[in-house]
Amino acid sequence: MNEQTENNFDFELVSPERKLMSEKVWRVTIPGEEGDFGVLANHSSLVSSVRPGVIEILSAQGDAPTKIFIAGGFADVTAANCTILAEEAMMVDDLDQSEIEKEISDLEEKLNAATDNVEVNRYTTQLSIVKAKLTAVTGVLAA
Amino acid sequence: MPSLKDYRDRIASVKSTKKITSAMKMVAASKLKKAQSQAEASQPYARAMGEMLARVAEGAIVTSSSPKLLIGTGSDQTHLLVVVTSDRGLCGGFNGNLIRLARLEIMRLEGEGKTVKLITVGRKARDLLKRAHKDKILHSFTGIGGGSRVNFSEANEITQMVLEQFEAGNIDVVSMIYNNFKSVLTQEPLTQQIIPFKLPENAQVEVSDEKEENLLSPYAFEPEENEILGLLLPRNLGVQMFRALLDSAAGEQAARMTAMDNATRNAGEKIDGLTLVYNRARQAAITKELIEIISGAEAV
Repeated sequence: MNEQTENNFDFELVSPERKLMSEKVWRVTIPGEEGDFGVLANHSSLVSSVRPGVIEILSAQGDAPTKIFIAGGFADVTAANCTILAEEAMMVDDLDQSEIEKEISDLEEKLNAATDNVEVNRYTTQLSIVKAKLTAVTGVLAA
Repeated sequence: MPSLKDYRDRIASVKSTKKITSAMKMVAASKLKKAQSQAEASQPYARAMGEMLARVAEGAIVTSSSPKLLIGTGSDQTHLLVVVTSDRGLCGGFNGNLIRLARLEIMRLEGEGKTVKLITVGRKARDLLKRAHKDKILHSFTGIGGGSRVNFSEANEITQMVLEQFEAGNIDVVSMIYNNFKSVLTQEPLTQQIIPFKLPENAQVEVSDEKEENLLSPYAFEPEENEILGLLLPRNLGVQMFRALLDSAAGEQAARMTAMDNATRNAGEKIDGLTLVYNRARQAAITKELIEIISGAEAV
Protein backbone atom coordinates (compact mmCIF):
# COMPACT_ATOMS: atom_id res chain seq x y z
CA MET A 1 0.00 0.00 0.00
CA ASN A 2 2.81 2.34 0.91
CA GLU A 3 4.55 1.73 -2.33
CA GLN A 4 1.32 2.41 -4.10
CA THR A 5 0.90 5.91 -2.66
CA GLU A 6 4.51 6.76 -3.48
CA ASN A 7 3.81 6.04 -7.09
CA ASN A 8 0.89 8.41 -7.17
CA PHE A 9 1.01 11.99 -8.32
CA ASP A 10 -1.22 15.07 -8.14
CA PHE A 11 -3.70 15.32 -10.93
CA GLU A 12 -5.79 18.41 -11.61
CA LEU A 13 -8.50 18.94 -14.14
CA VAL A 14 -9.63 22.55 -14.45
CA SER A 15 -12.11 24.22 -16.74
CA PRO A 16 -12.39 27.99 -17.14
CA GLU A 17 -15.42 28.01 -14.89
CA ARG A 18 -14.15 25.88 -12.03
CA LYS A 19 -11.75 23.26 -10.76
CA LEU A 20 -13.30 19.92 -11.68
CA MET A 21 -10.96 17.50 -10.06
CA SER A 22 -7.93 17.54 -7.84
CA GLU A 23 -6.64 14.29 -6.42
CA LYS A 24 -3.82 11.82 -6.21
CA VAL A 25 -3.86 9.31 -9.05
CA TRP A 26 -1.72 6.47 -10.31
CA ARG A 27 -2.02 6.83 -14.06
CA VAL A 28 -3.68 9.17 -16.56
CA THR A 29 -4.06 8.58 -20.26
CA ILE A 30 -4.30 11.78 -22.28
CA PRO A 31 -5.25 12.15 -25.95
CA GLY A 32 -2.37 14.39 -27.03
CA GLU A 33 -2.32 16.34 -30.25
CA GLU A 34 0.28 13.96 -31.68
CA GLY A 35 -1.01 10.75 -30.15
CA ASP A 36 -2.30 9.39 -26.86
CA PHE A 37 0.13 9.21 -24.00
CA GLY A 38 0.03 7.80 -20.50
CA VAL A 39 1.36 9.69 -17.52
CA LEU A 40 2.76 7.97 -14.42
CA ALA A 41 4.61 9.60 -11.55
CA ASN A 42 8.04 11.03 -12.44
CA HIS A 43 7.06 11.66 -16.01
CA SER A 44 9.42 14.03 -17.78
CA SER A 45 8.21 17.62 -18.02
CA LEU A 46 5.93 18.15 -20.93
CA VAL A 47 3.55 20.73 -22.29
CA SER A 48 1.17 19.39 -24.86
CA SER A 49 -2.01 20.42 -26.51
CA VAL A 50 -4.86 17.98 -26.19
CA ARG A 51 -7.32 17.05 -28.91
CA PRO A 52 -11.00 16.41 -28.15
CA GLY A 53 -11.23 12.95 -26.66
CA VAL A 54 -11.37 10.87 -23.54
CA ILE A 55 -8.95 11.02 -20.65
CA GLU A 56 -8.76 7.92 -18.51
CA ILE A 57 -7.90 8.26 -14.87
CA LEU A 58 -6.77 5.36 -12.69
CA SER A 59 -6.56 6.27 -9.04
CA ALA A 60 -4.73 3.02 -8.26
CA GLN A 61 -3.15 0.23 -10.22
CA GLY A 62 -5.81 -2.22 -11.32
CA ASP A 63 -8.72 0.14 -10.64
CA ALA A 64 -11.45 0.67 -13.18
CA PRO A 65 -10.64 3.87 -15.08
CA THR A 66 -12.73 7.02 -14.67
CA LYS A 67 -13.47 8.25 -18.15
CA ILE A 68 -13.94 11.94 -18.79
CA PHE A 69 -14.59 13.51 -22.15
CA ILE A 70 -12.84 16.82 -22.80
CA ALA A 71 -13.32 19.10 -25.76
CA GLY A 72 -9.66 19.84 -26.24
CA GLY A 73 -7.26 21.84 -24.12
CA PHE A 74 -3.73 21.66 -22.79
CA ALA A 75 -1.78 19.36 -20.51
CA ASP A 76 1.05 20.50 -18.30
CA VAL A 77 3.06 17.60 -16.90
CA THR A 78 5.90 17.71 -14.41
CA ALA A 79 7.45 14.95 -12.31
CA ALA A 80 5.10 15.48 -9.38
CA ASN A 81 1.91 16.73 -10.95
CA CYS A 82 -0.20 16.87 -14.03
CA THR A 83 -2.62 19.67 -14.85
CA ILE A 84 -5.14 19.56 -17.64
CA LEU A 85 -6.76 22.73 -18.84
CA ALA A 86 -9.98 21.61 -20.47
CA GLU A 87 -12.30 23.80 -22.44
CA GLU A 88 -15.25 21.63 -21.64
CA ALA A 89 -15.39 18.42 -19.65
CA MET A 90 -18.02 15.84 -18.77
CA MET A 91 -18.19 12.28 -17.55
CA VAL A 92 -18.47 9.81 -20.42
CA ASP A 93 -21.27 8.02 -18.54
CA ASP A 94 -23.33 11.23 -18.65
CA LEU A 95 -23.20 11.55 -22.43
CA ASP A 96 -26.30 10.62 -24.37
CA GLN A 97 -25.71 9.04 -27.74
CA SER A 98 -28.97 10.03 -29.41
CA GLU A 99 -28.53 13.64 -28.31
CA ILE A 100 -25.03 13.75 -29.76
CA GLU A 101 -26.21 12.24 -33.04
CA LYS A 102 -28.86 14.92 -33.27
CA GLU A 103 -26.23 17.56 -32.59
CA ILE A 104 -24.09 16.18 -35.39
CA SER A 105 -26.88 16.29 -37.95
CA ASP A 106 -27.77 19.83 -36.84
CA LEU A 107 -24.20 20.94 -37.29
CA GLU A 108 -23.87 19.24 -40.66
CA GLU A 109 -26.95 21.10 -41.81
CA LYS A 110 -25.51 24.38 -40.62
CA LEU A 111 -22.19 23.56 -42.28
CA ASN A 112 -23.91 22.93 -45.59
CA ALA A 113 -25.83 26.18 -45.29
CA ALA A 114 -22.75 28.17 -44.29
CA THR A 115 -21.42 30.47 -46.96
CA ASP A 116 -18.39 32.39 -45.75
CA ASN A 117 -15.09 30.89 -44.61
CA VAL A 118 -15.42 32.05 -41.05
CA GLU A 119 -18.67 30.17 -40.53
CA VAL A 120 -17.38 27.06 -42.26
CA ASN A 121 -14.34 27.05 -40.00
CA ARG A 122 -16.44 27.50 -36.88
CA TYR A 123 -18.82 24.67 -37.70
CA THR A 124 -16.04 22.35 -38.80
CA THR A 125 -14.32 22.77 -35.44
CA GLN A 126 -17.57 22.23 -33.56
CA LEU A 127 -18.36 19.20 -35.65
CA SER A 128 -15.00 17.57 -34.96
CA ILE A 129 -15.57 18.06 -31.23
CA VAL A 130 -19.03 16.54 -31.30
CA LYS A 131 -17.80 13.64 -33.44
CA ALA A 132 -15.06 12.97 -30.90
CA LYS A 133 -17.80 12.99 -28.27
CA LEU A 134 -19.70 10.35 -30.21
CA THR A 135 -16.55 8.25 -30.48
CA ALA A 136 -16.19 8.53 -26.73
CA VAL A 137 -19.65 7.04 -26.22
CA THR A 138 -19.67 4.34 -28.85
CA GLY A 139 -16.00 3.49 -28.61
CA VAL A 140 -15.91 3.18 -32.42
CA LEU A 141 -14.24 5.72 -34.63
CA ALA A 142 -16.95 7.78 -36.34
CA ALA A 143 -16.63 8.03 -40.09
CA MET B 1 -50.76 74.65 1.20
CA PRO B 2 -50.68 70.84 1.00
CA SER B 3 -53.39 69.12 3.00
CA LEU B 4 -52.75 66.45 5.61
CA LYS B 5 -53.74 63.80 3.09
CA ASP B 6 -51.09 65.04 0.66
CA TYR B 7 -48.45 64.55 3.31
CA ARG B 8 -49.71 61.08 4.13
CA ASP B 9 -49.62 60.11 0.45
CA ARG B 10 -46.10 61.37 0.04
CA ILE B 11 -44.87 59.48 3.07
CA ALA B 12 -46.53 56.31 1.77
CA SER B 13 -44.89 56.75 -1.62
CA VAL B 14 -41.41 57.30 -0.19
CA LYS B 15 -41.95 54.30 2.05
CA SER B 16 -42.69 52.04 -0.88
CA THR B 17 -39.64 53.39 -2.73
CA LYS B 18 -37.57 52.54 0.32
CA LYS B 19 -38.96 49.03 0.30
CA ILE B 20 -37.93 48.60 -3.33
CA THR B 21 -34.42 49.97 -2.87
CA SER B 22 -33.78 47.86 0.19
CA ALA B 23 -35.03 44.77 -1.64
CA MET B 24 -32.74 45.60 -4.58
CA LYS B 25 -29.86 45.99 -2.19
CA MET B 26 -30.53 42.56 -0.73
CA VAL B 27 -30.80 40.96 -4.18
CA ALA B 28 -27.58 42.65 -5.30
CA ALA B 29 -25.81 41.41 -2.17
CA SER B 30 -26.73 37.80 -2.86
CA LYS B 31 -25.87 38.13 -6.55
CA LEU B 32 -22.56 39.68 -5.59
CA LYS B 33 -21.79 36.68 -3.42
CA LYS B 34 -22.51 34.38 -6.35
CA ALA B 35 -20.45 36.46 -8.77
CA GLN B 36 -17.54 36.55 -6.34
CA SER B 37 -17.53 32.82 -5.82
CA GLN B 38 -17.65 32.34 -9.57
CA ALA B 39 -14.70 34.65 -10.03
CA GLU B 40 -12.86 32.67 -7.39
CA ALA B 41 -13.70 29.37 -9.09
CA SER B 42 -12.19 30.60 -12.35
CA GLN B 43 -8.88 31.39 -10.66
CA PRO B 44 -7.16 27.96 -10.94
CA TYR B 45 -7.61 27.83 -14.70
CA ALA B 46 -6.34 31.36 -15.21
CA ARG B 47 -3.35 30.69 -12.99
CA ALA B 48 -2.46 27.41 -14.69
CA MET B 49 -2.84 29.07 -18.06
CA GLY B 50 -0.56 31.95 -17.04
CA GLU B 51 2.11 29.56 -15.78
CA MET B 52 1.96 27.46 -18.89
CA LEU B 53 2.19 30.49 -21.15
CA ALA B 54 5.19 31.79 -19.27
CA ARG B 55 6.92 28.42 -19.65
CA VAL B 56 6.20 28.16 -23.34
CA ALA B 57 7.08 31.77 -24.07
CA GLU B 58 10.39 31.27 -22.30
CA GLY B 59 11.26 28.31 -24.50
CA ALA B 60 10.10 29.93 -27.68
CA ILE B 61 12.41 32.18 -29.60
CA VAL B 62 10.52 35.20 -30.81
CA THR B 63 11.02 35.51 -34.53
CA SER B 64 9.06 37.08 -37.31
CA SER B 65 7.30 33.74 -37.74
CA SER B 66 6.01 33.81 -34.14
CA PRO B 67 2.26 34.09 -33.75
CA LYS B 68 0.98 37.54 -34.63
CA LEU B 69 -0.93 37.64 -31.36
CA LEU B 70 2.43 37.88 -29.57
CA ILE B 71 4.47 40.15 -31.82
CA GLY B 72 1.66 42.21 -33.32
CA THR B 73 1.08 43.11 -36.93
CA GLY B 74 3.97 45.53 -37.02
CA SER B 75 1.59 48.46 -37.07
CA ASP B 76 -0.55 50.19 -34.48
CA GLN B 77 -2.79 52.15 -36.80
CA THR B 78 -6.15 50.61 -36.01
CA HIS B 79 -7.22 50.12 -32.42
CA LEU B 80 -10.15 48.04 -31.29
CA LEU B 81 -11.64 48.82 -27.90
CA VAL B 82 -13.85 46.28 -26.19
CA VAL B 83 -15.99 48.26 -23.76
CA VAL B 84 -17.57 46.14 -21.03
CA THR B 85 -20.51 47.56 -19.08
CA SER B 86 -23.64 46.16 -17.50
CA ASP B 87 -27.02 45.70 -19.13
CA ARG B 88 -28.91 47.42 -16.37
CA GLY B 89 -28.61 50.74 -14.64
CA LEU B 90 -29.31 51.78 -11.06
CA CYS B 91 -25.78 51.02 -10.01
CA GLY B 92 -24.34 54.44 -9.27
CA GLY B 93 -21.40 55.67 -11.29
CA PHE B 94 -20.46 52.18 -12.42
CA ASN B 95 -21.24 52.61 -16.10
CA GLY B 96 -20.83 56.38 -16.23
CA ASN B 97 -17.22 56.28 -15.05
CA LEU B 98 -16.38 53.54 -17.48
CA ILE B 99 -17.91 55.30 -20.45
CA ARG B 100 -16.07 58.47 -19.50
CA LEU B 101 -12.78 56.54 -19.62
CA ALA B 102 -13.75 54.99 -22.94
CA ARG B 103 -14.53 58.41 -24.41
CA LEU B 104 -11.20 59.81 -23.22
CA GLU B 105 -9.41 56.82 -24.72
CA ILE B 106 -11.17 57.29 -28.05
CA MET B 107 -10.28 60.97 -28.03
CA ARG B 108 -6.66 60.26 -27.15
CA LEU B 109 -6.24 57.68 -29.90
CA GLU B 110 -7.93 59.83 -32.47
CA GLY B 111 -5.77 62.75 -31.39
CA GLU B 112 -2.78 60.59 -32.29
CA GLY B 113 -4.26 60.01 -35.71
CA LYS B 114 -5.25 56.37 -35.08
CA THR B 115 -8.38 54.70 -36.31
CA VAL B 116 -10.66 53.47 -33.53
CA LYS B 117 -13.18 50.67 -33.68
CA LEU B 118 -15.46 49.52 -30.91
CA ILE B 119 -17.12 46.38 -29.66
CA THR B 120 -19.56 47.06 -26.88
CA VAL B 121 -20.59 44.56 -24.25
CA GLY B 122 -23.70 45.36 -22.25
CA ARG B 123 -26.68 47.48 -23.16
CA LYS B 124 -25.34 50.57 -21.38
CA ALA B 125 -22.17 50.75 -23.45
CA ARG B 126 -24.18 50.48 -26.64
CA ASP B 127 -26.73 53.10 -25.63
CA LEU B 128 -24.21 55.58 -24.31
CA LEU B 129 -21.69 55.30 -27.12
CA LYS B 130 -23.92 54.98 -30.13
CA ARG B 131 -24.83 58.64 -30.36
CA ALA B 132 -21.30 59.97 -30.79
CA HIS B 133 -19.52 56.88 -32.13
CA LYS B 134 -22.11 54.92 -34.03
CA ASP B 135 -19.90 54.50 -37.10
CA LYS B 136 -17.12 52.90 -35.02
CA ILE B 137 -19.18 50.16 -33.40
CA LEU B 138 -18.53 46.82 -35.08
CA HIS B 139 -20.85 44.82 -32.90
CA SER B 140 -22.81 45.10 -29.68
CA PHE B 141 -23.22 42.20 -27.31
CA THR B 142 -26.08 42.37 -24.86
CA GLY B 143 -27.56 39.93 -22.38
CA ILE B 144 -24.16 38.60 -21.31
CA GLY B 145 -24.50 36.80 -18.02
CA GLY B 146 -28.25 37.18 -18.29
CA GLY B 147 -28.83 33.90 -16.51
CA SER B 148 -27.28 35.24 -13.28
CA ARG B 149 -23.89 33.74 -14.16
CA VAL B 150 -21.41 34.47 -16.91
CA ASN B 151 -20.65 31.48 -19.11
CA PHE B 152 -17.26 30.88 -20.60
CA SER B 153 -18.90 30.31 -23.96
CA GLU B 154 -20.17 33.90 -23.86
CA ALA B 155 -16.65 35.18 -23.32
CA ASN B 156 -15.53 32.90 -26.12
CA GLU B 157 -18.05 34.36 -28.52
CA ILE B 158 -16.64 37.84 -28.02
CA THR B 159 -13.07 36.55 -28.27
CA GLN B 160 -13.91 34.74 -31.48
CA MET B 161 -15.18 37.94 -33.03
CA VAL B 162 -12.07 39.82 -31.96
CA LEU B 163 -9.83 37.09 -33.39
CA GLU B 164 -11.71 36.99 -36.67
CA GLN B 165 -11.26 40.74 -37.04
CA PHE B 166 -7.60 40.47 -36.12
CA GLU B 167 -6.88 37.64 -38.49
CA ALA B 168 -8.65 39.43 -41.30
CA GLY B 169 -6.16 42.23 -40.76
CA ASN B 170 -8.84 44.76 -39.88
CA ILE B 171 -7.28 45.71 -36.57
CA ASP B 172 -3.77 45.97 -35.12
CA VAL B 173 -4.15 46.55 -31.39
CA VAL B 174 -6.93 45.39 -29.08
CA SER B 175 -7.66 46.69 -25.60
CA MET B 176 -10.41 45.95 -23.13
CA ILE B 177 -11.99 48.68 -21.06
CA TYR B 178 -13.73 47.21 -18.05
CA ASN B 179 -14.41 47.75 -14.37
CA ASN B 180 -11.80 46.02 -12.30
CA PHE B 181 -13.28 44.62 -9.11
CA LYS B 182 -10.91 45.89 -6.43
CA SER B 183 -13.24 45.51 -3.48
CA VAL B 184 -16.93 45.74 -2.72
CA LEU B 185 -16.51 49.48 -2.26
CA THR B 186 -14.24 50.27 -5.19
CA GLN B 187 -14.48 49.30 -8.80
CA GLU B 188 -11.85 50.87 -10.94
CA PRO B 189 -12.33 51.39 -14.67
CA LEU B 190 -9.18 50.40 -16.50
CA THR B 191 -7.78 49.80 -19.95
CA GLN B 192 -5.92 46.58 -20.61
CA GLN B 193 -4.17 45.73 -23.84
CA ILE B 194 -4.80 42.14 -24.90
CA ILE B 195 -3.34 42.06 -28.44
CA PRO B 196 -0.38 42.02 -28.95
CA PHE B 197 -0.05 39.93 -25.84
CA LYS B 198 2.14 41.13 -22.98
CA LEU B 199 3.38 38.41 -20.66
CA PRO B 200 2.12 39.09 -17.17
CA GLU B 201 5.15 39.96 -15.05
CA ASN B 202 3.97 38.04 -12.02
CA ALA B 203 3.51 34.86 -14.03
CA GLN B 204 7.20 34.87 -14.80
CA VAL B 205 8.11 35.42 -11.17
CA GLU B 206 5.93 32.52 -10.12
CA VAL B 207 7.68 29.95 -12.27
CA SER B 208 11.19 31.22 -11.69
CA ASP B 209 11.88 28.98 -8.64
CA GLU B 210 10.68 25.95 -10.46
CA LYS B 211 12.83 26.81 -13.43
CA GLU B 212 16.01 26.34 -11.44
CA GLU B 213 15.00 22.88 -10.34
CA ASN B 214 14.10 21.93 -13.83
CA LEU B 215 17.21 23.19 -15.50
CA LEU B 216 18.25 19.64 -16.18
CA SER B 217 14.90 18.59 -17.49
CA PRO B 218 13.70 21.30 -19.80
CA TYR B 219 10.15 21.04 -20.96
CA ALA B 220 9.29 18.96 -23.93
CA PHE B 221 6.74 20.60 -26.16
CA GLU B 222 4.27 18.76 -28.24
CA PRO B 223 3.80 20.19 -30.88
CA GLU B 224 6.81 22.54 -30.92
CA GLU B 225 6.93 25.85 -29.04
CA ASN B 226 5.76 28.33 -31.61
CA GLU B 227 2.90 26.13 -32.66
CA ILE B 228 1.69 25.51 -29.12
CA LEU B 229 2.05 29.22 -28.45
CA GLY B 230 -0.19 29.80 -31.42
CA LEU B 231 -2.79 27.56 -29.80
CA LEU B 232 -2.35 28.89 -26.28
CA LEU B 233 -2.59 32.59 -27.04
CA PRO B 234 -6.15 32.63 -28.44
CA ARG B 235 -7.20 30.46 -25.50
CA ASN B 236 -5.56 32.86 -23.11
CA LEU B 237 -7.41 35.69 -24.75
CA GLY B 238 -10.65 33.91 -23.93
CA VAL B 239 -9.56 33.54 -20.32
CA GLN B 240 -8.76 37.23 -20.01
CA MET B 241 -12.05 38.17 -21.59
CA PHE B 242 -13.86 35.82 -19.22
CA ARG B 243 -12.07 37.34 -16.26
CA ALA B 244 -13.02 40.84 -17.39
CA LEU B 245 -16.66 39.80 -17.72
CA LEU B 246 -16.62 38.20 -14.27
CA ASP B 247 -14.99 41.25 -12.73
CA SER B 248 -17.50 43.48 -14.40
CA ALA B 249 -20.41 41.32 -13.24
CA ALA B 250 -19.20 41.29 -9.64
CA GLY B 251 -18.46 45.01 -9.80
CA GLU B 252 -21.92 45.78 -11.13
CA GLN B 253 -23.59 44.02 -8.22
CA ALA B 254 -21.26 45.64 -5.71
CA ALA B 255 -21.90 49.08 -7.19
CA ARG B 256 -25.64 48.46 -7.16
CA MET B 257 -25.51 47.29 -3.58
CA THR B 258 -23.72 50.46 -2.52
CA ALA B 259 -26.02 52.68 -4.56
CA MET B 260 -29.14 51.02 -3.18
CA ASP B 261 -27.79 51.20 0.36
CA ASN B 262 -27.41 54.95 -0.07
CA ALA B 263 -30.86 55.24 -1.63
CA THR B 264 -32.42 53.32 1.27
CA ARG B 265 -30.72 55.58 3.77
CA ASN B 266 -31.83 58.71 1.89
CA ALA B 267 -35.39 57.43 1.75
CA GLY B 268 -35.31 56.85 5.52
CA GLU B 269 -34.16 60.42 6.11
CA LYS B 270 -36.80 61.72 3.76
CA ILE B 271 -39.50 59.80 5.64
CA ASP B 272 -38.31 61.21 8.97
CA GLY B 273 -38.38 64.74 7.58
CA LEU B 274 -41.83 64.31 6.06
CA THR B 275 -43.23 62.77 9.24
CA LEU B 276 -42.02 65.79 11.17
CA VAL B 277 -43.71 68.20 8.78
CA TYR B 278 -46.86 66.06 8.79
CA ASN B 279 -47.06 66.06 12.59
CA ARG B 280 -46.50 69.79 12.73
CA ALA B 281 -49.29 70.36 10.20
CA ARG B 282 -51.61 68.04 12.13
CA GLN B 283 -50.86 69.88 15.37
CA ALA B 284 -51.46 73.21 13.67
CA ALA B 285 -54.85 72.00 12.42
CA ILE B 286 -55.84 70.82 15.92
CA THR B 287 -54.73 74.10 17.48
CA LYS B 288 -56.66 76.03 14.84
CA GLU B 289 -59.83 74.07 15.55
CA LEU B 290 -59.43 74.59 19.29
CA ILE B 291 -58.99 78.32 18.84
CA GLU B 292 -62.12 78.41 16.71
CA ILE B 293 -64.10 76.56 19.38
CA ILE B 294 -62.78 78.72 22.21
CA SER B 295 -63.29 82.00 20.40
CA GLY B 296 -66.75 80.80 19.38
CA ALA B 297 -67.57 80.03 23.05
CA GLU B 298 -66.26 83.43 24.19
CA ALA B 299 -68.43 85.25 21.68
CA VAL B 300 -71.57 83.74 23.13
